[in-house]
Amino acid sequence: MLKRLAKCIREYKLPTILTLIFIVGEAIIECLIPFITANMVNQIQSGAEIGVILRTGLLLAVMAILSLSCGGIAGYTCAKASSGFAKNLRADLFRKIQTYSFENIDKFSSSSLVTRLTTDVSNVQMAYMMIIRTAIRAPLMFTFSIIMAYRMGGKLATSFVIIIPVLVCGLLLISRKAMPAFRSVFRKYDRLNESIEENVRAMRVVKGFSREDYEKEKFGTAAEEIRKDFTRAERIVALNTPLMQICLNFNMVFVLFVGSRIIVSTGGEALGVGQISGMLTYGMQILMSLMMVSMIYVMLTMSAESMRRIYAVLTEEPTLHNPASPLTEVPDGSVDFENVSFKYSAEADAFALSDINLHIRSGMTVGILGGTGSSKSTLVQLIPRLYDVTEGAVKVGGNDVRSYDIEALREAVAMVLQKNQLFSGTIKDNLRWGNENATDGEIEEACKLAQADEFVRSFPDGYDSWIEQGGTNVSGGQKQRLCIARALIKKPKILILDDSTSAVDTKTDALIRAGFARYIPETTKIIIAQRVSSVQDADLILVLDGGRISAAGTHEELMKTSPIYREVYESQTNGGNENE
Amino acid sequence: MNKPMNRRAAPGRKLNGKMLLRLIKELFSAYPVLVPLTAGCILFSAIVSSIPAIFIQKVIAVIDACTASGDWAQASREIVPKIVVLAVLYILSIVSITTYNQLMAIITQGFLCRMRRKMFDGMQNLPIRYFDTNKHGDIMSHYTNDIDTLRQLVSQSLPSLLQSSAIVLTVLFIMLWYSVPLTLVVLFGVIAMFFVTKKIGGGSAKYFVRQQKSLGKTEGFIQEMMSGQKVVKVFCHEEEAIEDFDRINGELYEDGFRAHAYANVLGPIIQNIGNILYVLCATVGGLLLLLKVPNVGISSALLGIGVLTIDIIVPFLNMTKQFTGNVNQFSQQINAIIMGMAGAERIFALMDEKPEADEGYVTLVDAVEKEDGSLEPAGKHTGIWAWQHPHGDGTVTYTKLRGDVRMTDVDFAYEEGKPVLHDISLYAEPGQKVAFVGATGAGKTTITNLINRFYDIADGKIRYDGININKIKKSDLRRSLGIVLQDVNLFTGTVLDNIRYGKLDATDEECIEAAKLANAHDFIVRLPNGYHTELSGNGANLSQGQRQLISIARAAVADPPVMILDEATSSIDTRTEALVQQGMDRLMKGRTVFVIAHRLSTVMNSDVIMVLDHGRIIERGNHEKLIAEKGTYYQLYTGAFELE
Repeated sequence: MLKRLAKCIREYKLPTILTLIFIVGEAIIECLIPFITANMVNQIQSGAEIGVILRTGLLLAVMAILSLSCGGIAGYTCAKASSGFAKNLRADLFRKIQTYSFENIDKFSSSSLVTRLTTDVSNVQMAYMMIIRTAIRAPLMFTFSIIMAYRMGGKLATSFVIIIPVLVCGLLLISRKAMPAFRSVFRKYDRLNESIEENVRAMRVVKGFSREDYEKEKFGTAAEEIRKDFTRAERIVALNTPLMQICLNFNMVFVLFVGSRIIVSTGGEALGVGQISGMLTYGMQILMSLMMVSMIYVMLTMSAESMRRIYAVLTEEPTLHNPASPLTEVPDGSVDFENVSFKYSAEADAFALSDINLHIRSGMTVGILGGTGSSKSTLVQLIPRLYDVTEGAVKVGGNDVRSYDIEALREAVAMVLQKNQLFSGTIKDNLRWGNENATDGEIEEACKLAQADEFVRSFPDGYDSWIEQGGTNVSGGQKQRLCIARALIKKPKILILDDSTSAVDTKTDALIRAGFARYIPETTKIIIAQRVSSVQDADLILVLDGGRISAAGTHEELMKTSPIYREVYESQTNGGNENE
Repeated sequence: MNKPMNRRAAPGRKLNGKMLLRLIKELFSAYPVLVPLTAGCILFSAIVSSIPAIFIQKVIAVIDACTASGDWAQASREIVPKIVVLAVLYILSIVSITTYNQLMAIITQGFLCRMRRKMFDGMQNLPIRYFDTNKHGDIMSHYTNDIDTLRQLVSQSLPSLLQSSAIVLTVLFIMLWYSVPLTLVVLFGVIAMFFVTKKIGGGSAKYFVRQQKSLGKTEGFIQEMMSGQKVVKVFCHEEEAIEDFDRINGELYEDGFRAHAYANVLGPIIQNIGNILYVLCATVGGLLLLLKVPNVGISSALLGIGVLTIDIIVPFLNMTKQFTGNVNQFSQQINAIIMGMAGAERIFALMDEKPEADEGYVTLVDAVEKEDGSLEPAGKHTGIWAWQHPHGDGTVTYTKLRGDVRMTDVDFAYEEGKPVLHDISLYAEPGQKVAFVGATGAGKTTITNLINRFYDIADGKIRYDGININKIKKSDLRRSLGIVLQDVNLFTGTVLDNIRYGKLDATDEECIEAAKLANAHDFIVRLPNGYHTELSGNGANLSQGQRQLISIARAAVADPPVMILDEATSSIDTRTEALVQQGMDRLMKGRTVFVIAHRLSTVMNSDVIMVLDHGRIIERGNHEKLIAEKGTYYQLYTGAFELE
C-alpha cells in the first residue's frame, strides 16, 4: 500500500531528498553545537586567552548560521514536497475516478469520494511532512547524541542506559493503549458530524414535527459519549509529558551528582564543568529524538485509515474495459436486447432485469412505462454500456455494445439521466458538454428543438447566463430542457430520455416530441415517462413490471391487452381529459 | 433560489482581545474549579522548573571550589543537600505537570463538548430563515473545522502561552538576579525573535487563510464533480474535468506550499537565533570574566558579589537556552492561535444568532368532553385535543382542535421591499382539501411556510381554530400540522425509527399501520431487513419515490388534524400515486389538507383550488368551476401554459 502511495511523489522526489539531506546537515550541526559549547565553557573557566574564546565563539556562530540555512532550506523543500505529494495524490485520485464505471461509482458514494479526496489526503500530507522531517533526523540525532555523550561524559552516559529503556517502554505502552482508543473515537466523531449534517439538512422536518428537544437530547447523548471516549484517549496520551519529565530530571540529578563526584575526586582531570552542561544537553536531545519516533508512530497509525481509504480508490478496478480491437463506428440506431438479465452486483439475490428480449429499429420512437422500482432506468442504462449485462447481450447497430470503443458508443448514444445535473458555468459552457466545437448556430438549433431557446433568450445574458452549482437558479423544467438540448448537440444516433420531461408542462412536452419526429426522424428515441401522454403516440410502448416486460405494443393494442397500462391511463385521465 | 447568502465571516488576522476574554470566561464557567486549578498548576510548574537552575549553579560553584583540593567527602557534604533539594523540586514539578496534563485533557474535551452542545442547542432554536440563507457546508464547518481549531487553541496554545510567559518571566528575574549586562544581551536577541516571528508568522497566517479558501474551492469543485460523475461519464467529459481539476488543484498547491514553507522556516530561524544568542552570551560572559569587569545584578546589589564568575556564567547560559526555547515554543503557536481565534469568533457568532422568538401562550392539551359539550383537560391521552387558552383576567378557556385555518389579507416578504405575497385571504374548513397551483416563485410554498410559522407574516392575520397563530406556542402549532415535503429527509436509523419520528411513542403496530396507509408497506417488507433495515446517507439505498412514501408514513403516524403536502408525490409514478391516493384519502378524512402539486391530477379532486400568480390568488374554486371559467387554470389544464 505504501508503495502505491509513494508512486505519487513523482516530481517531488527531489525536494523530498533535499529535505532529507538538509535535515541531516541540520541535525549534525545541532549535535555538534553542545560539544563546542562545552569546550567554550571550559575555555572560559580555565582562563584561556580572549582570542581563543572569540575563535570558538565565531565557530559556533557560523555553525548556527549553517544550521539555520539547512533548517530553513529543509523547511522550504519539505513544504514543497508534502504539498506536491498531496497535489499528486489528489490528481491521481481524480483521474482514477474518471475511469470508473457506474458500478464503481455506486460502490463508493459520492460523499465518501469527496472525503477521500479532501480530508484523507490532508491527513496523509501531514503524516508525510512529519515523516520526512523526522524519520532521518530522529535516529540520527539519537545515535549521534549517544556517541557524543559517551565520548564526552564517559561513565556519566550510564544515565542513558537507565532512562532509554524506561522511556522506550513507556512510550510504546502509551501509544499501544492510546491508538485503539483514538481510532474508535475518530470514527464516532465522524458519525457525530454526519448526524449534525443530517439535522441541518432536515431542519424543516425537525421543526415541522417540533422535534427540537428530541434532537438536542439525541445530540447531547452522542456528544457526551464522544467527550468521555476522547477524554480517556487524551488522558493516556497526556502521560507522555510526565514520562519525559521524569527521565529528563533523573538525568539531571544523576549527571550532576555523579559528575560532581568525578570532577572533585579526580581534581578536574577526567571531566570538566563544561562536560556536565554538555551531557545535560545531550540527554535532552536523546529524549527529544525518542519522542519524535513515538510521534511518527502515532501519526502513521492515525493516518493509516486515511491511507487505506485512498488506496482503495486507487486500486479499484474499473469494471468496464474497452475491447482489444474496438469498433469505432456505430452504423445505425437499432437496439436489440437478447435474453438480457441483469443484477447490480454479483452478490445481489434478485435480478433487476430478467429475460428481456427487444428489437428496436433505427429511427423508432419507443416509450417505456412502469411503476417505481420497475427497472426502467436500469434497462436503458445498458444501451450506452453504463453497466454490463449479467446474461445475454445488448446490441446497438447490430453489434454487441461490448465490441465498441466506449467513447464512440457513448458519442452515438445520448442519454439524459433522470437525476441530471448542470454544472457551474454559463449556459453555453454547459451545452458544449455535448460537443466542444459546437457553433452558436448548432447550440441554438438544439435549444429550439428542446424548447429551451425562448426562455434562454429571456435571460438578461441569454446564452451567456451563469448557472449556479447544481443549476439552482433555473427552474426544474428549464433544467430538464437544457439537459435535453445538451444531449441533442451530440447529434446522436440514439437518444434516451429517462423521465426527462417530468417537470415540463404537457404542451411543451408535446412540442418537444413533435420536433423530434420532424427534425431528427432517423434518430432512435427511447422515452421513459410517467405521463401516458408522453409515450402515447410512440411506435412501441413497453410496460415494465418487476424487471420484466409485462406488455409491449402501441397505445391501442395495450389499451386492449394490458390491464396495467389501462389502469395507468385511467388514473391520469380521470375526470375526462378530453383535450389530450 | 435567489435568497440572500450570508458571507462567511473573514477570519481576523489580529488577536481579538474581547474574543479571548469571552473564551476564557466560557472556560471558567464550564469548569469553575478545574480551570483555576489547572492554571495554578501550570504557573507552579513553570516557576518550580525555573528554580533548579539556581541549585545547579550552586553545585557547580562547590565543584569549582573543591576541584583543586580533590576532597570529595567535604564537597559531598555541601553538594548532597543541594541535590536533594533539586530532586524535591523536580518531584514537585512532575506532580504538577502530571496533574495539569490530566486536567487539561478533561477540560479540553469537556469544554468542546459544551461548546458543541451549546451550538447545537442554539441551532435548533434558530428560525428556518437561518438555514435558508446559509450554506449547509458553511454551517457544518462550525462543527468540524472551527471546533478543531478551538481544540488546538484550548488544549495546547493557551496552556503553552501561559506556561511560556510564566517561565520567561521567572527566568528573566533569575537572569537579572545574576547579571544585568548579560540579560540585556539576551533581551536584544529576544527582540529580534519577536520581529522575525511577526514577519514570518504573519506571512504564514496570511497563506494559511488563503489555503483555507482554496481548500474550500477545491472541495466545492470535487463535490460538484463527484455528484455529477454519472453525467461526466455519459458525456465522456473526463478529460475536460481532469483539466479543470488540475488548475484548481495547482492553486491549492501554491497556497498550501507557501503557508507550510513559512511555518516550517520559522522554527529553525528562531531556534538558531537562540543558538547565536547563546554564543553571544558566552563570548560576552567570557570577555567580562577575563577583563574582570564588575558584575551588576540584583544579587550583587543585595549581597555584594561584585565579580562575574564561571559559576554564574554556566547556569546563565543554561537559562538563555530555556528562555529562548520558550520564546520559540510560543512562536510555534502563533498560527494555531490566529486560526483558533478565528474559529472561536465563528462559533460565538453562531451561538449569538438570534433564536426564533416564541411568545405564544396557547398550548395543546389532551382533553375530555364533558356532558354539556364543554372541554376540560384530561392529563392523559384521550384522542381529543384542545387549545388551552389562558386569558388576561385569569380564566382559561378550551377550544377543540379541529383544523380550521383562515388567512385574512396576508402580506409577506422574505426581504424588505420585495413582497412575495399580497392580500392573501383564504379559509380551509376542517376536512377540506385546499390546493395551490402556480408557477415557481408564485408563492405556493411560502403560504405553507406561514401557516406553520417558519416565517412570520408582515401584515394580516392567520387564525387556527379561531385563534391567532401568533398566540399559539410554536411547538404545539407545528405538532398539529403534518408536513410532507418534496425534498425528503430521512435520518440514519431503521425504517421503523424514521416512521416513528412523527410520533415518538408510537408502537410498532401504529408505524406499520401508517406505512400501509401510505402504501409503503409492500416495498418495506421486501427490503433486506424489512422494517429494521438500516437507512444511511438520507436513505441513499432507496429510490426517490420510496423515500417519499416513507415520509408520508411518517406524517401519517403523527396523526395531525392539518396536513401540508408540498409536492409530496412528485416522484411517485402516477399508478402508485393513485394507490397512495386511496390511502391518503383515508388519511385525509376529517383533516384539513393543503396540497401543492405540479401534476394537476393530484389536485383535481380538491375542494378548493387556488391559482397563484406573482403572490396573488388569481382564481379560486373547485375543478369544475375553474374549468368552466376558462381562465388560467383551464389553460394550465389544457396544456396551453407551462407550469414551472
